Amino acid sequence: MAKQFIKGNEAVVKGAILAGCRAFYGYPITPASEIAEAAAYYFPLVGRTFLQAESEIGAINMVYGAASAGIRAMTASSSPGISLKQEGISYAAGAELSCVIVDITRGGPGLGNIAPEQSDYNQMVKGGGHGNYKLIVLAPNCAQEMCDLTMLAFELADRYRTPVVVMADGFIGQMMEPVEFPSPVPEGDLPPKPWATAGTAETHKNLITSIDLEPDDLERHINNLYAKYAEIESAEVRYEEFMVDDAELICVGYGVVARVLQSAVEQVRAEGKKVGLFRPVTLWPFPEKRLARLADDGRKLFVVEMSKGMMVHLEAV
Amino acid sequence: MAETIFRKAKSFYDIYERKGGANKEVTHYCPGCGHGILHKLIAEAMDDFGLKEHTVFISPVGCSVFAYYYFDCGNIQAPHGRAPAVATGMKRANPKSVVISYQGDGDLAGIGGNEILQAANRGERISVFFVNNAIYGMTGGQMAPTTLLGMRTTTSPHGRKAGNEGYPLGMCELLSTLKAPAYVERVALTDAKHIMQARKAVRKALKAQVDGKGFTFVEALAACPTNWKVPTREANRWIVEMLEPVFPVKLFKDEIESRESEALEDRTYGPADVVAALDLPTEEPDIAFVRSPQAIKDPQIKVAGFGGQGVLLLGLALAQAGMRAGYHATWLPSYGPEMRGGTANCHVRISEHRIGTPLVHDSDVLIAFNGPSIDKFAPMVKPGGLILYDSSLVDRTIERSDVKAYGLPFTEVADKELGNGKASNFVAMGAFIVASRGVFDEGVVKSILPLVIKRKNMIELNERAVAAGMRIARDALAS
Ligand SMILES: Cc1ncc(C[n+]2csc(CCOP(=O)(O)OP(=O)(O)O)c2C)c(N)n1
Ligand code: SF4
Ligand SMILES: [Mg+2]
Repeated sequence: MAKQFIKGNEAVVKGAILAGCRAFYGYPITPASEIAEAAAYYFPLVGRTFLQAESEIGAINMVYGAASAGIRAMTASSSPGISLKQEGISYAAGAELSCVIVDITRGGPGLGNIAPEQSDYNQMVKGGGHGNYKLIVLAPNCAQEMCDLTMLAFELADRYRTPVVVMADGFIGQMMEPVEFPSPVPEGDLPPKPWATAGTAETHKNLITSIDLEPDDLERHINNLYAKYAEIESAEVRYEEFMVDDAELICVGYGVVARVLQSAVEQVRAEGKKVGLFRPVTLWPFPEKRLARLADDGRKLFVVEMSKGMMVHLEAV
Repeated sequence: MAETIFRKAKSFYDIYERKGGANKEVTHYCPGCGHGILHKLIAEAMDDFGLKEHTVFISPVGCSVFAYYYFDCGNIQAPHGRAPAVATGMKRANPKSVVISYQGDGDLAGIGGNEILQAANRGERISVFFVNNAIYGMTGGQMAPTTLLGMRTTTSPHGRKAGNEGYPLGMCELLSTLKAPAYVERVALTDAKHIMQARKAVRKALKAQVDGKGFTFVEALAACPTNWKVPTREANRWIVEMLEPVFPVKLFKDEIESRESEALEDRTYGPADVVAALDLPTEEPDIAFVRSPQAIKDPQIKVAGFGGQGVLLLGLALAQAGMRAGYHATWLPSYGPEMRGGTANCHVRISEHRIGTPLVHDSDVLIAFNGPSIDKFAPMVKPGGLILYDSSLVDRTIERSDVKAYGLPFTEVADKELGNGKASNFVAMGAFIVASRGVFDEGVVKSILPLVIKRKNMIELNERAVAAGMRIARDALAS
């Protein structure tokens, strides 16, 4: 298809619809509101559900219900709203529900401000909710990826029965760029969900729950979750490298930071210095093996984040 | 109680396998607990209407968290208080299903107060069964929003006081003031007569849902002998003497008969409908544009002025024209507080290569529509760069000799020549085409105007604005 010049936030919505997302539940917050606004406009045009919930808590629980029914469903918000969703996200991870959560991050703590920041790293990648779980976290750095990674998020959510996060900063959400949209995923290509509670005869014996009263049962459940996470770690690591082959210093950053670093690398290269860029696309699973290998070769890593440093403490080798 | 008279409902499992433990034929509820009675009434109604295969039962956090041990239907266990939101997502995913939100008083009237209020107010087509036992049963007898004044609980050991904890919350009273709910009734799970009434209410609520009549709500006054610390045989009397005076048993609202049944949309949307609805371009337009070797290379552009001067729109048009002419392009607006106080600016990059940062700090080109923008951004233009500013509005002179600066009367031309001052931004666009030595041309800009200008009748005006801008720029550059 031809390219369309479009805002990152709007590309998320079109990508979601192309991926067969049937329901969007949201609540306004800058700089994520365009996602809810675009969803409010487009979802009803194709017979799908848009609802502005009473709160982010309401929204994530509506997604919980929709995902239990087995349809592709999503919500989107920004940092303070994501804090409110954490209980629901933990439940969804525990109940192994497929759903997509978009976070267009802003400044914090507290009300902070609406400027772009990457200080949601811990609450998304390390788990802001309670319990033993992990979320797949995808970090787009352009409008095209806002579409592509949203579509991928639905695919991964279904494949692994897990909530998937698309986390972008306010710049990536607000900027406009050309996007080439793929064709809609045919309905017949969506994976069947025999485990769902779809309100049908075939599914009426099913149960969606995150409770395991017996400690042994819960431990078994968590071990199963972690076996699944290990599978995700071995199959779903994604990253991008730019001029790393001969680099002596490698800049590491994600989201808009990676874009800024790309420009910096180009400038410094012009001065003859050997620098490169490493961009994690999946913040979890983090590309730690690849990064460790690059570091083992004696190169220095230079980690840049729009936060006080969250990825650097926890992941960089 | 009348339990033993009836056969076990088919909507219950025969053996409660999910329950675990030794005795899988009895429930986990305490003797005399109201939950067991209400479960039975619901299961019997599901039997009678043949609903079990299409019902999804949402259990709350509370003693009824394990309702899914018993009901032979789809089951979802929801976070504390959120069952009405979960029910909303479920019901809207499959409007033909029958969705039950089953909740206790802590769950519904306490932590989930907003979820129930808003679901009721939206008229979600679900049935809510609300067990009011005036206490937090599961957690061991703490105060609930429905706890009576003076009543001692583990968290109101001196008795509930209105001045400290407020009054018992009447949910039927509250919800029946809303327009959307079709049916709101309070019943009591006490003697056979009242249980028959409750049975009717449960049936009515479920039938109304099957018929697509809207939101239905049944509150059941129910015993919790364990946490009331009242012997089971006295629990009914306690409901009658203590609860009912505060929570009167009555029909609060019933509009089921007068409501229209909801009609379900059954239209399906194919891939072509989706592409059309999303307004996706299907083929690349044919643009005969050849890049000029003299053009400014990979310009980083800052456009700035007052809000309302079309600054963001001009930036967008520049970027779109760049894309149409085959370049990579980005557009980033200033947003939020930066925009307050009436100034606006945006960052545009047009490049033959993949673009790194979308932020423009030191620009190659500045297009400025007011004095403050010149003050702020002119010093940041790179040596050898280009400044185009609206001389109709800017009274500054530019003190830099290392840049090319052209003051052109964008607003005056738009005003006098085109009769619309608002077109000044596209006059500037024309000037950019000429002064940038053809990053793109007039034809390219013409082709993107319909994409950026929503009002069709303004397109022709802006085409003329571009032409006028090109003319005045040519004149200025020649002199
Ligand atoms: C977020 C959260 N807060 C608190 C709890 C603890 N909790 C579990 S059940 C319950 C109260 C249940 O009371 P009610 O809704 O009246 O149900 P009942 O047991 O009386 O039927 C509470 C506070 C929880 N599970 N989750
Ligand atoms: S504690 Fe109360 S509400 Fe819970 S099962 Fe026992 S009697 Fe029922
Ligand atoms: Mg209670």
